[in-house]
Amino acid sequence: MEQQLNQLKDEALSAIRSADSVKSLNDIRVKYLGKKGPITDLLKGMGKLPAEERPKMGALVNEVRGEVTEVLEGRMAVLEEEAVARKLEAEAIDATLPGTPAKTGNHHPLTRIVEEIEDFFISMGYEVAEGPEVEKDYYNFEALNLPKGHPARDMQDSFYITEDVLLRTHTSPVQARTMEAKEGKPFRIICPGKVYRRDNDDATHSHQFTQIEGLVVGEGIRMSDLKGTLDRFAKKMFGEDREIRLRPSYFPFTEPSVEMDISCFKCGGSGCNVCKGTGWIEILGAGMVHPNVLRMGGYDPDTVSGFAFGMGPERIAMLKYGIDDIRHFYTDDIRFIAQFHRAEG
Amino acid sequence: MKVSLNWLNDYVDIGGVEPAELAEKITRSGIEVDDVDNRSEGLKNIVVGYVKECGKHPQADKLNVCQVDVGEVEPVQIICGAPNVAAGQHVVVARPGARLPGGVKIKKAKLRGEESHGMICSLQELGFDGKVVPKKYADGIYVLPEDAPPGEDALPILGLDDTVLEFDLTPNRADALSMLGVAYEAGAILSQEVKLPDTSHSEVAEPASDLLKLRVDAPEADPLYAAKVVRNVKVGESPEWLKARLMASGVRPLNNIVDITNYVLLEYGQPLHAFDYDRLGTGEIVVRHAAEGELIETLDGTERKLKAHHLLITNGREPVAIAGVMGGANSEVHEGTKTVVIEAAWFDPASVRRTSRDLGLRSDASTRFEKGVDPNRVIEAGERAAALMEELAGGEVLSGTVLFDELGKEPLRVTVSPDFINERLGMKIPFEDMEGILQRLQFPYEAVNGLFVIDAPTRRRDIAIPEDIVEEIARLYGYDEIPKTLPVAESVPGGLNPYQAKRRIVRRFLEGAGLYQAITYSLTSAESAQKFALETAPETKLLMPMSEDRSTLRQSLLPHLLEAVTYNVARQNGSVALYETGSVFLGEGADGLPAEVEHAAVAITGEWSGSDWQGSSRPADFYAVKGIVEGLMDMLGLTARLSFRKGEMDGLHPGRTADILLDGERVGVIGQLHPTEQKARDLKDTVVAELNLQAVLTRETEPLIYSPVPKFPSISRDVALVMPRAAEAGTLEAAIRSSAGSLLKEVHVFDVYEGDKMDEGMKSIAFSLTYQNPERTLTDEEVTEAHSRVIAALEAEGARVRS
Repeated sequence: MEQQLNQLKDEALSAIRSADSVKSLNDIRVKYLGKKGPITDLLKGMGKLPAEERPKMGALVNEVRGEVTEVLEGRMAVLEEEAVARKLEAEAIDATLPGTPAKTGNHHPLTRIVEEIEDFFISMGYEVAEGPEVEKDYYNFEALNLPKGHPARDMQDSFYITEDVLLRTHTSPVQARTMEAKEGKPFRIICPGKVYRRDNDDATHSHQFTQIEGLVVGEGIRMSDLKGTLDRFAKKMFGEDREIRLRPSYFPFTEPSVEMDISCFKCGGSGCNVCKGTGWIEILGAGMVHPNVLRMGGYDPDTVSGFAFGMGPERIAMLKYGIDDIRHFYTDDIRFIAQFHRAEG
Repeated sequence: MKVSLNWLNDYVDIGGVEPAELAEKITRSGIEVDDVDNRSEGLKNIVVGYVKECGKHPQADKLNVCQVDVGEVEPVQIICGAPNVAAGQHVVVARPGARLPGGVKIKKAKLRGEESHGMICSLQELGFDGKVVPKKYADGIYVLPEDAPPGEDALPILGLDDTVLEFDLTPNRADALSMLGVAYEAGAILSQEVKLPDTSHSEVAEPASDLLKLRVDAPEADPLYAAKVVRNVKVGESPEWLKARLMASGVRPLNNIVDITNYVLLEYGQPLHAFDYDRLGTGEIVVRHAAEGELIETLDGTERKLKAHHLLITNGREPVAIAGVMGGANSEVHEGTKTVVIEAAWFDPASVRRTSRDLGLRSDASTRFEKGVDPNRVIEAGERAAALMEELAGGEVLSGTVLFDELGKEPLRVTVSPDFINERLGMKIPFEDMEGILQRLQFPYEAVNGLFVIDAPTRRRDIAIPEDIVEEIARLYGYDEIPKTLPVAESVPGGLNPYQAKRRIVRRFLEGAGLYQAITYSLTSAESAQKFALETAPETKLLMPMSEDRSTLRQSLLPHLLEAVTYNVARQNGSVALYETGSVFLGEGADGLPAEVEHAAVAITGEWSGSDWQGSSRPADFYAVKGIVEGLMDMLGLTARLSFRKGEMDGLHPGRTADILLDGERVGVIGQLHPTEQKARDLKDTVVAELNLQAVLTRETEPLIYSPVPKFPSISRDVALVMPRAAEAGTLEAAIRSSAGSLLKEVHVFDVYEGDKMDEGMKSIAFSLTYQNPERTLTDEEVTEAHSRVIAALEAEGARVRS
């Protein structure tokens, strides 16, 4: 019987060693160690042995069973590891194939510029004010010190709807309306919006374009406050090392009136094609609110003063991004818009 | 305004300043200099020549062989093709080695076998604009006066040894539309005195008033009319210096009389007119308003029909000029003119402006009159013209001026305190520095009790209020000197209002959903203004559109958004996903203005989602856009108030269109473009939506309050239903929601099937229902009870539960 047992062990161990899959190994487990297997049979047959041999044989059978089980489990671990490795290998992918695109669009470059400007001035305590695009002649011109027949009305030929109603030629009527609404209280606003002028559309003109204007009204507002505000704005928008300069200009609604240049962000001021060799780029118009405008808005120019400024987001976008034709903003070619999705800085 | 620096130097000493530096100073202190044109730049070796002989070229009909004295011992041979070249002329010669504008280099050459040692030049070849070249020399070479010495440098004779500044004037600085005005400005900048032109002349004994009578019937439009009479003038070419100055200023020389009036116009900014006294015919000038429909032929040969508010100069019988705008052809100075009437007047700016606009006729005169000329220089300018006619045309000036004068000429008085100036600027400019600037500006002033009392010169009509003085002081003191500060007023928090903040959320959501933001024009054609409009209202149309395509304000964003889609598709961008937010304009709103309502629109076409190689791509369809609308409403907290129903709209597919309802009110539409519309635009399936964004964003929503995360498990039950194809899932979902009771947490469609396995005209829809009790674990019985109510309700709607 001992001999039988040893033979069985050799047989089982040999089968285990030659097993090449988890399945065949399981079959071997069932065959040799299962309830109907030969080792179990041997244990069952122990009753026939003389009583004194039983413990010895019992220990022997358990030893064999233990050894076979141990070897089998060792082999099982190896085979399972191999199986996992094979599976992983089979599951390998080509990591260089493109990823599934995340669905995304982006804002229009003008919105990007306008929101950037809004956010800067919001951080300086400004509210965003809006108004109608179809406007009364009164708010568009008269309340801004541009009475009928004023020569400066030629500067901005307009689309009239009736004699007294037109498409606004600038966002300044929002300033006039805000002054009325604020009823003499101090305020700071920024007014973005669409405006319209009688221009033939070409590379530098558009009958519809965007403006953003600011207005600060209160006691003791000084021209130096305007300069300081614009200086911060220029640095935020075009880089910390930008310098600004003011040049005298004329707008009917401000006195004094200035234009603001920034030192060229491309060449730093030494002269290049962006600044046309001057080192400076014209960015916006500004000035101290004309006393007539304050008066018509219900403010007393003897006690209250203010400053205002206005700029064109198209121009700023064209300068900032090097866009060569204003019509791109209104053609809505996806190949154009999609370029303005990414963060800067 | 073009400013010749050689000419300017007559009135103010600018000798020590480089032109570029002067231009920069002028720009920085008030008037933008657009261009600095050094007229001799690139010109070299250009001399006076005398044509001694001129004969036909033996080999070429159109060429002449000239022997030209260029100041050397022997004349040189030059071949010239100009039709007007002739022996005895003094001409401009570009010698071999010469440089002409545009980098042209002159070399010795052989033309059809004949040697040519240079070129005889036209003015255009020397860089003059063809528009200013005297007509006589427009098509040939320029002929110099006989006293031009051969061999001399020709540039000074032609006035090309000069730099011309081009001013970009703002409307307030009409004073700088004259050399004298520019001289005052330059004088203020450079601290230099201004020298006035010489108006002295002799006058014969006979008074002008013997020859000319004057009556002004419209004194409010013409409060000042002065006339000088000059007799025995010899009309001819102007001297070289005068022609050169006119051409440098962009004015074409004509004859000495007209040239003098133009010269004085440029010098004083005072338009003058010269009438031929004999052609005037009546010895009388009457200024009156036109009769409605009255006709006049102006100097440019055009017949003009007048209105009753237009002011006329007449000879007492018929019009001879449109006051302040243009003279008449009938009284024009010509070669045979003997006696000249010089008109110097002040016309009402508004009247001239209106006339000029009505007639579409702008002239150097009207440009100045409509901005207001200096009342104190009108008569002086007439005297100056008379002096020049005596000097340059040999005329005899009759004594006195025929004058009508009711014009006020007092300066405006402006009182301002130095403190006000400094407070407004945020500066501390010393009193003496302010005084110095007023003196440089030649503004007469007195300092009274620490205040400046200033008599603003009448040439500077833009100076009227204290703030104007603030600007004058600031610009000449230098804006660079202003410090940088921030407003010290009480600081208030800024920010977007809730509407503006939600608008940004809408934009970011739509972009995150895969749409690109478009911005299109508000103006469209009358034809498409109301296309796709959610609601139509009377149209808002321009009085004078520039084109029919931009004549009317839009009532829907979709026509232009679809134009953008079509544009992209036509340029190989086959998959397009765009949105726009913007106003539509609906009829009469409050306050006489159209109601402006902010809308949002979406348009998608082509591939909507997925990737090529994974084979999962999906074309744009109705449900893609509906999903965006649902997601947007969810983002805005409006899901519970949102519903859809089958809709219809012209231009959209009748079977694939839905109204978007909020609280049961229609606020938008989704639909696939009608197949015929798609075909017309060469588009594949294209789905659009338009939403009244204003109606959506002004809805107040519930405050955001946390609801507890469920602690107890939920139970799902599915139900598959069979029903007629036309039945709508929405009806069934509503039936489920209303019958299930409070345990129903969620319901959604998870399968829709129409096909072979279904009976004809039937479809199957499967819903998944989730039940949950936030308080405790559900029992099977509770769910079964609720679910059987649902099934009963569904069957009542005509659906059959599929086993």
